[in-house]
Amino acid sequence: MTDAALSFERPSVSPTQASLKRLFRSRSFMIGAALVILMALVALFADALAPFDPLRSNARMRLTAPNETYWFGTDHFGRDILSRVMVGARISLAIGAMTVVLTGITGTIVGAVAGFFPRLDNPIMRLMDALMAFPSIVLAMVVSAVLGASLTNVVIALSIATMPHTARIVRASVLVGRELDYVDAARSVGVTEMTILFRHVLINATGPLIVRLTYVFAIAILAEAALSFVGAGPPPPTPSFGAIIAQGRDFMREAPWITIFPGLAIVICVLGLNLLGDGLRDAFDPRSKL
Amino acid sequence: MTAFLIRRLAGAFVVLVLVSLMSFALIWLVPGDTAAAFLDASATPEQIAKLRSALGLDKPLPLQMIEWYGRVLSGDLGQSILLNRSVADALLERLPVTLALASLALVFAVIAGVAAGIVSAVYHNRWPDQALMATALLGLSVPDFWLGLVMVLVFAVSLGWLPSGGFTPFTSDPVGWLRTVILPALTLGLVQVGFIARMARASMLETLNQDFIRTADAKGLSRLTIVLRHGLPNAMIPILTVIGIVAGALLGGTVIIEQVFSIPGIGRLIVGAIGSRDFPVLQGGLLFLAVVYLTINLIVDILYAVVDPRVRLSQ
Repeated sequence: MTDAALSFERPSVSPTQASLKRLFRSRSFMIGAALVILMALVALFADALAPFDPLRSNARMRLTAPNETYWFGTDHFGRDILSRVMVGARISLAIGAMTVVLTGITGTIVGAVAGFFPRLDNPIMRLMDALMAFPSIVLAMVVSAVLGASLTNVVIALSIATMPHTARIVRASVLVGRELDYVDAARSVGVTEMTILFRHVLINATGPLIVRLTYVFAIAILAEAALSFVGAGPPPPTPSFGAIIAQGRDFMREAPWITIFPGLAIVICVLGLNLLGDGLRDAFDPRSKL
Repeated sequence: MTAFLIRRLAGAFVVLVLVSLMSFALIWLVPGDTAAAFLDASATPEQIAKLRSALGLDKPLPLQMIEWYGRVLSGDLGQSILLNRSVADALLERLPVTLALASLALVFAVIAGVAAGIVSAVYHNRWPDQALMATALLGLSVPDFWLGLVMVLVFAVSLGWLPSGGFTPFTSDPVGWLRTVILPALTLGLVQVGFIARMARASMLETLNQDFIRTADAKGLSRLTIVLRHGLPNAMIPILTVIGIVAGALLGGTVIIEQVFSIPGIGRLIVGAIGSRDFPVLQGGLLFLAVVYLTINLIVDILYAVVDPRVRLSQ
């Protein structure tokens, strides 16, 4: 008889390990991760990678079709579209990431409070219902317009639009989590309510929250593009994806490449994030597999 | 059913009160002097003061709120600063255009989405399923306004089959109307097809795994009968809820798509108001869309309860 057999028997894999194992076997997660990492690297090293200055105009080269020098062509100022898309990736991904952080924090707090304190549940959730009644893209558009379009305000607007659903998801996990036996046990040994909520109950929301925030990232990139397109995004010369498309619109006939390439970049980012989200959902919540 | 209706209507009423309160609260978000923000920098203090009193901003907040409710309840959403007319009139005038566009897109998205969902569920994990689901995911990842521009590029600029934008009223020329709305409706619908298809597939898969389907199979019914007569009606219930959600997304999507195709709906009104800081239009437009959304979801929920007794009986 070996020592190992005498020691306390544990299941060979923990639930977390099992989830991670499923995750790395998930094809959609791996493809999604590859696409997202690719775009993140482009965004991070945009300055080094961009073949031209994205803001410098060159009148002789205006509206040049894609060729071996200008892979994605140039716009009406002769600016290189590839360079602009690379820098645009940085702005769009930064707005997405900041929205994820702000939505994650506010959504977690609101959802945790609603789920953990029964008296506050109804009023908070009715407020969230009311926020969700506004078409989110229009809400973000109007809030951004009212606050005055800037990078920060766009992030705030997108967070207001994506927070209620996030809060609802956290609340659902907290409602389940607070009924667990170990919560009663913690309470019986005198752990304070706040510690119970933040240390023991909220941990149950981690999986659903990560999945939701991945989709929030995707939604934020799409919404920011739409906002920029209608003129409620960060002000020029900031070349976010949406802003480049909006500028290209007036030259659709003679220079469709201005419009097409930033759009494809959005598709790659959002598709990557959606695949990532699907993979995470299947791994952390196998029952909800579509 | 009566108890359910009362409960649901009361819930909708509370949300409606909150929604209007939030629309009102938008005015607090304006940085600095709200009245000055409407006008350009050259406005004189007298002009600003005049506008402030016209907007009721010089009154105490609770009074402003009571007045706002009083006005909204009587259907008055204020005066557009730019258009110099009632916001409610401007919205109502454009509502049919936006609703027609959104409805057409919804019909298209539901038919295509449910069909794709059924095929996917029937061919679970085989290539038609995988191909359809990959397409659905791609559809979910495409920005709607960009897809609209690409549609214009292909069908209007390159092929020349359809106009690139503009709008012909149905009453003046039905064929012309169809030609102007088909591309925007397709664009809007395509983006939602993926969402509906994924939900329809999940719902259908769950239904097809149930005992009564096995029974139907055992008694020798054809596959088509099983799927369409026994599976689909049961799978439709969750799909109905999705349609309520999609309706909201479609309203939002329409606002953007109207820009792409130059369609004079509510979206053009709202987006036009962004540039000119026409505040009452933004406030009224947002509230108006929320009311339309709440109404659609109320109808969906009631339908849901009619179809499924469990919904109206549960708390």
